[in-house]
Amino acid sequence: MIWIDTVIQGVLLGGLYALFASGLSLVFGIMRLVNLAHGDLIVMGAYLILVLVTLLGLSPFVAVLIAMPMMFAVGWLLQKFLLNRTLGDDILPPLLVTFGLSIALQNALLEGFSADSQRLPTNALTTASVDVGPITLGVMPLLTFGSAVLVIVALNQLFYRTELGRAFRATSDDATTASLMGIKPGNIFATATGIALVIVTIAALYLGLRANFDPNIGPARLIYAFEAVIIGGLGSLWGTLLGGIIIGVAQTVGAAINPEWQILAGHVAFLAVLLIRPRGLFPRVND
Amino acid sequence: MITRRKLLKSSAATGLTLAAGGLAAPALAQGAKIRLGYVSPQSGPLAAFSEADQFIIDGFLASDAGANFEVIVKDSQSNPNRAAEVAKELIIDDEIDMMLVASTPETTNPVATTCEAEEIPVISTVAPWQPYFIGQQGNPGDPSSWRPFDFSFHFFWGLEDVISTFTAMWNQLETNKSVGAIFPNDGDGNAWGDPNVGFPPVLDAQGYSLTDTGRYQNLTDDFSAQINAFKAANCEIVTGVPIPPDFTTFWTQAKQQGFNPKAASIGKAILFPQAVEALGDQGHNLSSEVWWSPSHPFASSLTGQSAGDLAAGYEAATGKQWTQPIGFVHALFEMAASVMSRVEDSRDPDEVTAAIAATQLSSMVGRIAFDGAGLPPFAAQNVAKTPLVGGQWRLRDGGGYDLVIVDNSDHPDIPTGGTMEEIPA
Repeated sequence: MIWIDTVIQGVLLGGLYALFASGLSLVFGIMRLVNLAHGDLIVMGAYLILVLVTLLGLSPFVAVLIAMPMMFAVGWLLQKFLLNRTLGDDILPPLLVTFGLSIALQNALLEGFSADSQRLPTNALTTASVDVGPITLGVMPLLTFGSAVLVIVALNQLFYRTELGRAFRATSDDATTASLMGIKPGNIFATATGIALVIVTIAALYLGLRANFDPNIGPARLIYAFEAVIIGGLGSLWGTLLGGIIIGVAQTVGAAINPEWQILAGHVAFLAVLLIRPRGLFPRVND
Repeated sequence: MITRRKLLKSSAATGLTLAAGGLAAPALAQGAKIRLGYVSPQSGPLAAFSEADQFIIDGFLASDAGANFEVIVKDSQSNPNRAAEVAKELIIDDEIDMMLVASTPETTNPVATTCEAEEIPVISTVAPWQPYFIGQQGNPGDPSSWRPFDFSFHFFWGLEDVISTFTAMWNQLETNKSVGAIFPNDGDGNAWGDPNVGFPPVLDAQGYSLTDTGRYQNLTDDFSAQINAFKAANCEIVTGVPIPPDFTTFWTQAKQQGFNPKAASIGKAILFPQAVEALGDQGHNLSSEVWWSPSHPFASSLTGQSAGDLAAGYEAATGKQWTQPIGFVHALFEMAASVMSRVEDSRDPDEVTAAIAATQLSSMVGRIAFDGAGLPPFAAQNVAKTPLVGGQWRLRDGGGYDLVIVDNSDHPDIPTGGTMEEIPA
């Protein structure tokens, strides 16, 4: 019974990692941009929600709705005026710029919010749980997992059912030809980063509700997101969810054997998948 | 050198008389101000320890004795390398006479090591003495190679005090004596879980059974494995020394998964009221070690203020709740004033060192004397122990938490404010 519980807790944890990762996956899939500041943007989102909660006295779940359009604007401007200038044949400039952005963000948050660890205000929901047969599941982890699945379903709908999605796919396949058809890649990229930051805001909500955060905690969150994206196959959204679940389950199963192996087991699972399928589980065909 | 220090130490009575002499002592009468260097983590993950620094230093400089001092403050940025670097700057560029350093081995150790190499007297506090003393040894694994320091002095409590306080708190409750432990894979976690000097031998001797699942990595996102093991062993007590985000994750998951221990005595993670408030209303009756509180029956040798006055002054000046480091940072400056009042030449490191060793001070945190009381012989020369009691966080009616002392079995002179209560399920 403990084994079933362990695996289910791991799947739920995987939902959190998938939420951290899907913004990263989206941006990489469309413009081959590896955003090293992704973890810090999540922390920034958490502080934004905290400010809204404190100033306006809202519930975090309402505050996140206000934070989403604000973060969309941040992402749009960030891509349009900074990151678009770094895109080109060379993959190094975007890496360096986002790395610098990560350091700048951490220090700006430290300056503005001090090093005190913060948490989004919680209520009974945080510790509520439901009994499923002999297993007790937290409502919060279930919500996190549900949100991750919803985000990925919504992104897939956006990609394959809308005009914007068609433009995303076209630009991703061949930006030059797409621009001949009247698509402006610069604006498409900006919109994609804006959407990525909306997902970041959702991830920030669950990060802030789950445990404490402080300005320096971002990079530690980034590594699992990267691993989830790479296991799933670069650019594949359902792959990202599966990647998150694989890491989550590997961690909880590793911990059940010995807690010293918890973090290690996640990394080992990552390496094992790469050994068997170097391009991830669901690689896009023409990358 | 050592002979003279030993001589001075043995004639502790002389030191006491001189200490009583206070302000009239010679070093202070020379005109030029005495330069003190002070290093603490004012930014970074450890910043909560240093929140009261400015308040304490302002108070010190405004006191009669403080008027003779100049204090040069440097920020370690919670980084051991940075701490060593600023210590060097203070010694070489600012030509300080004595170094003061506070808060966590990550700050005290690099600074003390630097001062030791540069032969500058240094007093440190707010780090358990084992990581301070053993952590600075060339070979921490081999006790026979451990050497005392010539210029470094430290006052705080040790691991043995935490163990004794925690077990005394648990003994107040009716439990099945089954303890679950969350010890991380870091300096503190390894020391607490050490089979020779940590919790296991003491718990064994007192009839407690310990479920220690092993050392996990800091910033772990899931504690289901530990919670399942504790449930399987029917643990009614939890202890450990996690960092604050990990304890929040653990405690939230424990509640979600229906694990409700009667007592949770946690080191480090719930020292500060902000960290307990992060748990929402789930922090009620969590217990922790208490090194200082406004109800400690001590007073400042500098200003005559009681512990309660100092805490009230801080709360009035900053609008923030009092925290434990306030008393210790204040005591650090009391030490500086006391030592310098007993030396002829504040620029002579040997004389200052001898004066520190001869200290017999009734301070804000209790008596400080380097007489080896309660310590093994190897640490006796450099460490002075201060009292430790146990406390519980109680949820206030209007929100927020108060720390109430519930166990004083090791130091009956410190009054309790209540008795140990079970955590509501």
